[in-house]
Amino acid sequence: MNGKLVISSSPHIRTIQSVQSIMLDVLIALGPVVLVAVFLFGSRALITMGVAMGAAMLTEALWLRRWNIFGDGSAAVTGLLLAMTLPANVPWWIPAIGAVTAIIIGKQVYGGIGQNIFNPALVGRAILVASWGSRLAGPIWPVPKPFHFFADISAVTAATPLSGDAEALKVSLSQLFIGNMPGCLGETSAVALIFGAFWLAYKGHIDWRIPGGFLGIVWIMGALFGGGFYINPVMTGFFHVLAGGVLLGALFMATDMVTSPVTPNAKLIFGMGCGLITMLIRLFGAYPEGVTFAILTMNALTPLIDKFTIPRKFGEVKRFARL
Amino acid sequence: MGAANFRGGVHPEYRKELTASLAITAASIPQKVVIPLHQHTGAPCEPLVKVGDPVKTGQKIGDSEAFVSAPVHASISGTVTAIEPCNHPLGRKVTAIIIESDGRDEWCSELEPVEKVDDLSPEEIRALIRSAGIVGLGGAAFPAHVKLSPPEGKAIDTVIINGAECEPYLTADHRLMLEKPDEIVFGLELIMKALGAGRGIIGIEDNKPDALRVMRQAVEGKSDMSVVALKTKYPQGAEKMLIQVTTRRVVPSGGLPLDVGVVNHNVGSAVAITEALKKGKPLIERVVTVTGEGVRRPANLLVRLGTLVSELIDYCGGLKEETCKVITGGPMMGLAQPTTDLPVIKGTSGIVALTSEDAAFYENGSCIRCAACVRTCPINLVPTFIAQAAEHGLYDRAEKLHAADCIECGCCSYICPARIPLTQWIRIAKAEVLARRKG
Repeated sequence: MNGKLVISSSPHIRTIQSVQSIMLDVLIALGPVVLVAVFLFGSRALITMGVAMGAAMLTEALWLRRWNIFGDGSAAVTGLLLAMTLPANVPWWIPAIGAVTAIIIGKQVYGGIGQNIFNPALVGRAILVASWGSRLAGPIWPVPKPFHFFADISAVTAATPLSGDAEALKVSLSQLFIGNMPGCLGETSAVALIFGAFWLAYKGHIDWRIPGGFLGIVWIMGALFGGGFYINPVMTGFFHVLAGGVLLGALFMATDMVTSPVTPNAKLIFGMGCGLITMLIRLFGAYPEGVTFAILTMNALTPLIDKFTIPRKFGEVKRFARL
Repeated sequence: MGAANFRGGVHPEYRKELTASLAITAASIPQKVVIPLHQHTGAPCEPLVKVGDPVKTGQKIGDSEAFVSAPVHASISGTVTAIEPCNHPLGRKVTAIIIESDGRDEWCSELEPVEKVDDLSPEEIRALIRSAGIVGLGGAAFPAHVKLSPPEGKAIDTVIINGAECEPYLTADHRLMLEKPDEIVFGLELIMKALGAGRGIIGIEDNKPDALRVMRQAVEGKSDMSVVALKTKYPQGAEKMLIQVTTRRVVPSGGLPLDVGVVNHNVGSAVAITEALKKGKPLIERVVTVTGEGVRRPANLLVRLGTLVSELIDYCGGLKEETCKVITGGPMMGLAQPTTDLPVIKGTSGIVALTSEDAAFYENGSCIRCAACVRTCPINLVPTFIAQAAEHGLYDRAEKLHAADCIECGCCSYICPARIPLTQWIRIAKAEVLARRKG
């Protein structure tokens, strides 16, 4: 012993889990989605994801004057999630600008990790949609070309099935599930998204409440108010769950730890709120898709929901009645 | 039926293999002991001896008039050389009686062995336990006779013996269960008798299958006793958790176990009670697990109270070069000590020397609101919010978030990926809230 003993408050042992290990788990969870995106859209998908991640990490490292580009890994997650919301055929500067604004306006101006109110990736996407809407809406979505890594995927584009476009609606439910349909990088394959979410749930980083509340409300509202245009009302509910960005949003965006509630009941309310606003926009709003703005709106409400859902403490329920 | 469980909790690395298979051995009788006059919850003792007085092993040397207090006894025979403030594991200086050994370890017979234990009345059992100076040996050191004196109108029907030993590293209770099962069962009988309780439960975590087997054998044929396997999860041994999983009763917030008709005692206390009554032996020694990666030869030692920690560590081969922290108690709730020049007291269940970098220093980041602390809090609090309130001095908010209910188990700090010292912040808030309530 070198004579110096450290004193500090208990506990004196710590879990090996860290913020960085959580972020790595999120990146691993996105692995299947990345693979499917590259399989469907080829090299353009890789470029979009690479530029977004690189720009996000570089921006954060410069802002924090930090040599370690990867850092806690949160910037890489933000960049990849942003890329997931974009079509594969966007010019490279779109993901770059999106990632820079996501990191600066979405996160660092609030004080960095843990302090931001809104999901940074969605802030980045919202700014891109507001600035270059014509490139990110309408019948611009590239049609997947599996097995053609270097194919020019901009040649054939289509509308998202959500637009109600008769041609786009011909997509089958199984096609929606596997992801062989026009769409942005991360929203196409339900299978890959669910696979990743199970990994996150297994690692204890997300629980069922936010995705459950979100998807449950989308399905119910889709079935009740969707007009039954897709086979029958029940199937229309499933269509709304599988089409567009709902799964990506419910499993990876709404579950962002920093911007979602911490108490169990608040998580459920938050998820249901996301589903409700998404469907209000889809069914009654001017845009075909509402996931981004639904989650951003609920992000703003997060502190309020937390405040009113502090759990009952142990032993608060009732005084023990002797039997 | 599977092992009993409660909500929340964590699974730290237990590291009990360092000492679990090592039988309890008696440490050598020290040349000098330091006996603090305050080793328990409640009023401190007044010294009954003067400097220069000869004392014998087992002689009462300090006592108090107060009900919530417990006398202290000489743990070796020799001469009182000083009565002065000394280092104490709780961090402040406490007046202690220092005895130099005469090397003879002569026992005095102030406390007579009871011939016919069965004939004792509850009052007699309580009086004997008090005069033996027995306190809770799990760590809290609450005087045992007080727990055996429930207020008027509070009937106790269940006594729980805590053999969970959920603190990582520690194996003292585990070894006691293996080596002194009959003493534990007899102690439980005495406690039940003193309280008029009709049911005795011994709770043991299921990572100690040998202890479960031995204790089950020991209670065989006793219809009023049972051994319950508990799921291995920290803090299974916390009073409220243990009561909930073994009896399905919930101790009300701000209440005590006796509010739900239950009294808890540690296995070590049960053994001490048996030995006090059967052998007339006051509480002058206890089992201490000396362990951790920093100790050269970890051991379970029967130690005379007042033995210096430094002496015990030397007895175990000394500390390794890379030791950075020495804890009294376990690593989840124990106290890091600035020095090893302090005595083993009644509540010292272990001495753990840690070497890991994590124990020495960690940098804490920002809360990422991952809610891991919310999931693990066994009391169902929102630790990160209480810590934030404490950090900003917002104690009214901390009180509304039930800071005073925290049991300081350390789960939230343990699990926090940002390494925020949540438990420490909540302790600050809790102390402030309780102080304000007292007004």
